[in-house]
Amino acid sequence: MWKWLHPYANPEVSYHLTNRLLPWLSAFSAIFLSIGLVWALLFAPADYQQGHSFRIFYIHVPAASLSMGIYVSMAIAAFSSLVWQLKLADASAAAMAPVGAAFTAIALITGAAWGKPMWGTWWIWDARLTSELILLFLYLGVIALHNAFEDKNLAGKAAGILTLVGVVNIPIIKYSVEWWNTLHQGSTVSKLGKPSMSLDMLWPFIFCFIGFSFLVALIICLRFRNEILARNSIRPWVRELVKKHNS
Amino acid sequence: MQFNSFSDFINMGGYGFYVWLSFGTAALILTALLISSKAGHQQIIDQIAKRKQREDKLRQARELRKQQNVQQKTELNEVTE
Repeated sequence: MWKWLHPYANPEVSYHLTNRLLPWLSAFSAIFLSIGLVWALLFAPADYQQGHSFRIFYIHVPAASLSMGIYVSMAIAAFSSLVWQLKLADASAAAMAPVGAAFTAIALITGAAWGKPMWGTWWIWDARLTSELILLFLYLGVIALHNAFEDKNLAGKAAGILTLVGVVNIPIIKYSVEWWNTLHQGSTVSKLGKPSMSLDMLWPFIFCFIGFSFLVALIICLRFRNEILARNSIRPWVRELVKKHNS
Repeated sequence: MQFNSFSDFINMGGYGFYVWLSFGTAALILTALLISSKAGHQQIIDQIAKRKQREDKLRQARELRKQQNVQQKTELNEVTE
């Protein structure tokens, strides 16, 4: 089974794979996001309690769940880099960190803008909000460590250890609304069994979520390909590519 | 369609400021990240090209010096003979 994966450990093969993926990812994210956002803003019904402020949900929830999803994939990459010394795994973890940080920031900002009209406050130090803020600091720490060392292998190791220690925060975020009494409402979408949402609200959410996921994949691919070039700058294939690109 | 007019849509039932603040900052952050990630490709290629130029210059200078050394040595040898 691992033989199939083996060629992708070669940076040159991975670079060309990301190049081939980019147009598809751009197209899919543009299609799903435009359908999802127009649907969410114009056609989805307003919530019977929250009115039109409910539309923030269509950005807030995908951003928050992707901020955790990106962290888990970054942790898997960091783990495989530490255990199996896969250099490309380091490059992918470095590519994911800024994307995760951006989505965490979006989740926090949209959460504040939703909290003000609904709870009467922009911010409160309750479990869900605080643990999500810690997630942002973890991302910023990982980005800082990746940039703190001239030697990229050393940087990857340091950032990888921080990433793995920080994984403990993920279940805390996920279950914070059940473990503690918080102002934040429980989950409506990812409940086991039937989601407690009407279908005309759920469908635009699904489109938005898929669209944001494709956007995440697109940005990670763009950054991953930059990381590969920067880390292999003395290799002949990169030199050849630079020559071709600039001529 | 949930809104009767464009101003209705902007107003969002009184929640306009919060809704557009959310959608606006999300759009801003994501476009900035997307553009900087895309621009990074050309930046890195330029960096590598510049580094290659510097290396080529250094190599040329080294070779020139080597040739000069060889010349000097042969001249010295001729003088001593």
